[in-house]
Amino acid sequence: MTVGVVIVSHSRALAEGTAELARTLGLDRVRVEPAGGDSGGGLGTSAELVAGAVSRADSGDGVVLLADLGSAVLTVKTYLLDAPGTALFADAPLVEGAVAAASAAASGAGAEEVAAAAREAYAHRKG
Amino acid sequence: MRESVRPDAEVCRAWVREAAARVAADRDRLTQLDSAIGDGDHGHNLDRGMRAALQAVEDLGETATAGEVLAAAGKALIAKTGGASGPLYGGALRAMGRSLDESGDLAAALRAGCDAVRKLGGAAVGDKTMVDALEPAVKAYEETCDLEVTADAATTGAESTMTLRARKGRASYLGERSVGHLDPGAASTALLIRALVTAARDVRA
Repeated sequence: MTVGVVIVSHSRALAEGTAELARTLGLDRVRVEPAGGDSGGGLGTSAELVAGAVSRADSGDGVVLLADLGSAVLTVKTYLLDAPGTALFADAPLVEGAVAAASAAASGAGAEEVAAAAREAYAHRKG
Repeated sequence: MRESVRPDAEVCRAWVREAAARVAADRDRLTQLDSAIGDGDHGHNLDRGMRAALQAVEDLGETATAGEVLAAAGKALIAKTGGASGPLYGGALRAMGRSLDESGDLAAALRAGCDAVRKLGGAAVGDKTMVDALEPAVKAYEETCDLEVTADAATTGAESTMTLRARKGRASYLGERSVGHLDPGAASTALLIRALVTAARDVRA
């Protein structure tokens, strides 16, 4: 059992691609679920897709959510106001944060620790 | 000073109806404003959200309270709008609904709605967002309890965003180039406040 990760993006392709990368770097031990685009598949954010992805990612040990921009962040925060208990929002860069979260989750870290790993990804400079 | 209005479920239903009609009528104008500095979907998104909100309110039983009407509308806005305005307006309506069921007073409810928007979005007056229309309107109502003064304050506040530089959302990436455009969120806030004023006045008349 590991903490699950949810990737919320305005773009379905971006969410799916980020989830694919994070899943692989989580050594396929972590449920990483995308919630990308609006409910019709266009660009946007859907509270319903977020709720669905959280329930798929949740194996009972908690879920950490990452979001790309603007309405994706607000939708996640609004969802968490109503969600009981174990889901956390990590303020993190999307791709690096997702990889950090999945890697931490694969090592058996708890939800708070997974969220912290994602947040710390802001500090990993590239040059 | 006038007394603060105590909106009942009928006023809240009328507000949602009036707001949905005004958003539908102004959909293209809002989208056009958003095309200048945002991602060009505000009118379209809010129209979709308000249609869903109206449907949710019409599906409620006749015995629903004012708070239940606004909670249903807010939930539908959050679920169906698809842009940042969904959680912001939806959260505001839900907070207003909770406040109305507690105190019944419009001034308290407006303040609760404004607080919800500010808390979720993190914007302050001057950031070129819906807060620039909402905060002055709420303040005007708290000070005067005059509905027309309140709607005028929202409009004036929305117009004030023309000269501001955006500090939130996509427009903030434009820096100085965001100056000279109205903020679409402030424009739709002025419209929603105008709808509330119309609903409160007409139901009372």
